[in-house]
Amino acid sequence: MTTPVQGHHIVRAFSEELEQLTASVATMGGLAESLVSDALDAIAARDSDLALDVIQRDKRLDTLQRDIERQIIRLLALRQPLASDLRVCIAALKIAADLERIGDLAKNIARRTRELNEAEPLALSKSIERMGRLVQGHLHEVLDAYASGEIGGALGVWQRDDDVDEHYNTLFRELLVCMAEDPHIVGPGAHLLFIAKNLERVGDHATNIAEVVHYAVTGTELLADRPKGGSSGTP
Amino acid sequence: MAEDANVKAGTVYHPAEGNRKVKVAASGVDVFYADKQALHDVSVEIGDRAVTAFIGPSGCGKSTFLRCINRMNDTIDTARVSGSIRIDGEEINDRSVDPVLLRARVGMVFQKPNPFPKSIFDNVAYGPRIHGLAVSKDELDSIVETSLKKAGLWDEVADRLDQPGNSLSGGQQQRLVIARAIAVNPEVILMDEPCSALDPIATARIEELIDELRENYCLIIVTHSMAQAARVSQMTAFFHLGHLVEFGPTEEIFTNPRDRRTQDYITGRFG
Ligand SMILES: Nc1ncnc2c1ncn2[C@@H]1O[C@H](COP(=O)(O)OP(=O)(O)OP(=O)(O)O)[C@@H](O)[C@H]1O
Ligand SMILES: [Mg+2]
Repeated sequence: MTTPVQGHHIVRAFSEELEQLTASVATMGGLAESLVSDALDAIAARDSDLALDVIQRDKRLDTLQRDIERQIIRLLALRQPLASDLRVCIAALKIAADLERIGDLAKNIARRTRELNEAEPLALSKSIERMGRLVQGHLHEVLDAYASGEIGGALGVWQRDDDVDEHYNTLFRELLVCMAEDPHIVGPGAHLLFIAKNLERVGDHATNIAEVVHYAVTGTELLADRPKGGSSGTP
Repeated sequence: MAEDANVKAGTVYHPAEGNRKVKVAASGVDVFYADKQALHDVSVEIGDRAVTAFIGPSGCGKSTFLRCINRMNDTIDTARVSGSIRIDGEEINDRSVDPVLLRARVGMVFQKPNPFPKSIFDNVAYGPRIHGLAVSKDELDSIVETSLKKAGLWDEVADRLDQPGNSLSGGQQQRLVIARAIAVNPEVILMDEPCSALDPIATARIEELIDELRENYCLIIVTHSMAQAARVSQMTAFFHLGHLVEFGPTEEIFTNPRDRRTQDYITGRFG
């Protein structure tokens, strides 16, 4: 990540270790984003093999996260980072945790997709996919902001978080109506509901990452009173 | 640059936390050694009952500024100090101020422990004697005992007070010197790299002591250890080439310094 401070440490290995850490987080970010994207493709194409692939690739995220944690513990113990260096380390720790959760959510979506593919296709899959692409876009933007240190994108995502909530609330209501009209689709409908909920959570993690990137770059926290979309009592 | 920091005469001042009473107020301080200027227009307000750390690269003027606060620069022939330094509002550079009395109010501890070539007892009793702080032998005994206790040395030396001060270990000598400083009941204690010759355990003892002394004194410590400044101080001042670059709560300085020079220094980057 490009921090507010350019320039190299007098101890060159320190700079290299921080760059390595940032590169590891970026790799993890790329993988997490591809899991979300492939999970959405698997829904759209009713592709159970691709869904299985997502499930299997999630393990790699867990490995990467553990590796990043080890790097950070080592940096804290041996280099005692301060100021922007400290913020970079803490940001990496938090973002890696968010990315690991995103991987779990993508895996869960993929599992449900395989179940869905056993039943007749539902009309609402399209809305799910639209919501999913929106969330994936948010994730992409915050990861870009992380890689470049340009916080504009992160701020945008942070401010637009309620778009995702609105999509979710609408989908939730539509699904309830459909299930009430046709009890035969309650099974697959429930899967779609959980998929929508998982996507909404991926969006929350993207928002967390936006906050962390902002802190790492500027040293100041985004105010907690982010504008919240009209809640309709949905879970 | 965040909006909440205040820049005056090239110094970034972070907003202070809480409302500590100002003990030492410096304003527009310049120091010259012959015609070489060592400090440029330094203004800072140092709070009471707190530890303020001075950090910065070698030769940036930390010791010079520390010496302004008890007029130790008076003892250097070539040194000229101008500007205002007030303690509790009183201008210390006024002719009416007796530097010897001032140095009783503003104690100093140096990098190398410098006990007098006298017994442990006499090292601590010296100041109270010359300032007439004790009227009886009993009273003097009690001052020595309390000072050694406050300095965390009593238990180690109670049974050998008549032995020479320099028979103690380096860390013990440093605590002896602190006891000597405390014995005259100062208001401000200046410490110039007090732990640079000590091992981690002796350092931890001194740091613990500094933390305890904070309840009653205004402490100012010069240190080259970023970790030490972070551990013991509430406020940090960063000096660079004779300028006060940044001053603010230690936590702010170490997590979010505003000036590029501060950032480069504490993160160990090329300036
Ligand atoms: N007695 C003196 N005579 C002439 N110049 C001096 C004297 N003392 C200090 N200086 C000069 O003033 C400048 C500031 O020195 P000072 O000792 O205050 O630095 P410092 O920040 O305490 O450095 P260090 O971390 O190495 O102790 C330096 O350029 C130094 O050479
Ligand atoms: Mg010095």
